Amino acid sequence: MYEGAVQDLIDELGRLPGVGPKSAQRIAFHLLQIDGPDAQRLADAITRVKDTIRFCARCWNVSEAEECRICQDPRRDPAVLCVVEEPRDVLAIERTREYRGRYHVLGGAISPIDGVGPEELHIRELLARVGEEPVEELIIATNPNVEGEATASYLSRLLTHHDVRVTRLASGLPVGGDLDYADEVTLGRAFVGRRELGA
Amino acid sequence: MANYRDQGIVLRTYKLGETDRILHLLTQGRGKVRAVARGVRRPGSRFGGRLEAFSHVDLQLYEGRNLDTITQAELLAPHARIRTDYAASAAASLMAEVVDHVAQEGERDHAVFLLLRSGLQALDAEPADPAIFVDAFLLRLASAVGFHVFTDACAVCRTPGAHVFLSVKAGGALCADCAPTGTRAVDRPVIDAVALLARPGEWTVLPGLARDQPAARATAASYARSFAEHHLDRRFRAYDAVPRP
Repeated sequence: MYEGAVQDLIDELGRLPGVGPKSAQRIAFHLLQIDGPDAQRLADAITRVKDTIRFCARCWNVSEAEECRICQDPRRDPAVLCVVEEPRDVLAIERTREYRGRYHVLGGAISPIDGVGPEELHIRELLARVGEEPVEELIIATNPNVEGEATASYLSRLLTHHDVRVTRLASGLPVGGDLDYADEVTLGRAFVGRRELGA
Repeated sequence: MANYRDQGIVLRTYKLGETDRILHLLTQGRGKVRAVARGVRRPGSRFGGRLEAFSHVDLQLYEGRNLDTITQAELLAPHARIRTDYAASAAASLMAEVVDHVAQEGERDHAVFLLLRSGLQALDAEPADPAIFVDAFLLRLASAVGFHVFTDACAVCRTPGAHVFLSVKAGGALCADCAPTGTRAVDRPVIDAVALLARPGEWTVLPGLARDQPAARATAASYARSFAEHHLDRRFRAYDAVPRP
């Protein structure tokens, strides 16, 4: 155990994801050694992010204003809504530069075994948006794992009586991979979702 | 460290670090195994979709101090239809949650393994009313680990007969002499429904029960839940997620 402030810092760092007690100690002593202004910048960045960042009132993405930049952008197509689990996923899709619609962040995925049900996610808000905004297509882009598929299936059931087209991101072979290493589930889905060449 | 090969069913997964997962598996030869699948969350992972929950897989692992590590995986049965249907997925989650609770590491239990495999197969084959498979699974699993529900004899004095008193604590049907005062008598079809749910092996007859006797089935279903939760000593979180008619 170290004295007061140092130990407090180690304890706080140790609560971060992926940081064990040993790494926490290493980072704490690194922070002790660096110049005052450098450490202050880190402290300021943490304070600022907690003070200014909140969730977009419309899509639940992280935002500095009442509504996030994407929701405010008039060039984004309001007829297409892409439903994702986490704000990180918005960033991943933005990086593709393929999508010009808007988003809705659920804040997780349905997981019965962890006790996470539809009420814990921003599904009610999604239904409200489908009713109020001129949405024509919902692209469900939850993760292709058990929780993500359960969420997608739940949403498609819920939206059957709404006048909106519900689509799911395609699953298939990873670009740059070998066919004989693909598992049966993925390869099977790639077959079901095959497309005509040149179309 | 030692390599070994076994087949198992993925019960549940936890994220670990950036791209790994910890898997809880029910194996055929070693009971519950906790193992790491490295890189499985990366899109280009060599495991691909093989190690998703509810998959039945043939595995190569090596032993670690805490967790074993999966080195190879081949699919035996993906049970892929379960994962694309919300109700079936919730039902399979409940089955996995219960098994994860009762199975012990290093203790082989072939009856539980076969029961889980057949339960998932039933869900995969006919996902129309998954709740009925859940009801049956709870009673059959309780029986497989030693809490058998009595339906054609009194649970206390073992006198055979078509008794009409039903008790969770005593372990099934009770004759009029053994039933404590205040025990509620039920209709005989309810006890017949409980018996059908608990009978090992038969999954295909269950949707018929749900269709033909909705009232008896509903009472039997809530009995199955109380019975499993009382004797296995745990409230199952996924239970309320399973849609019921």
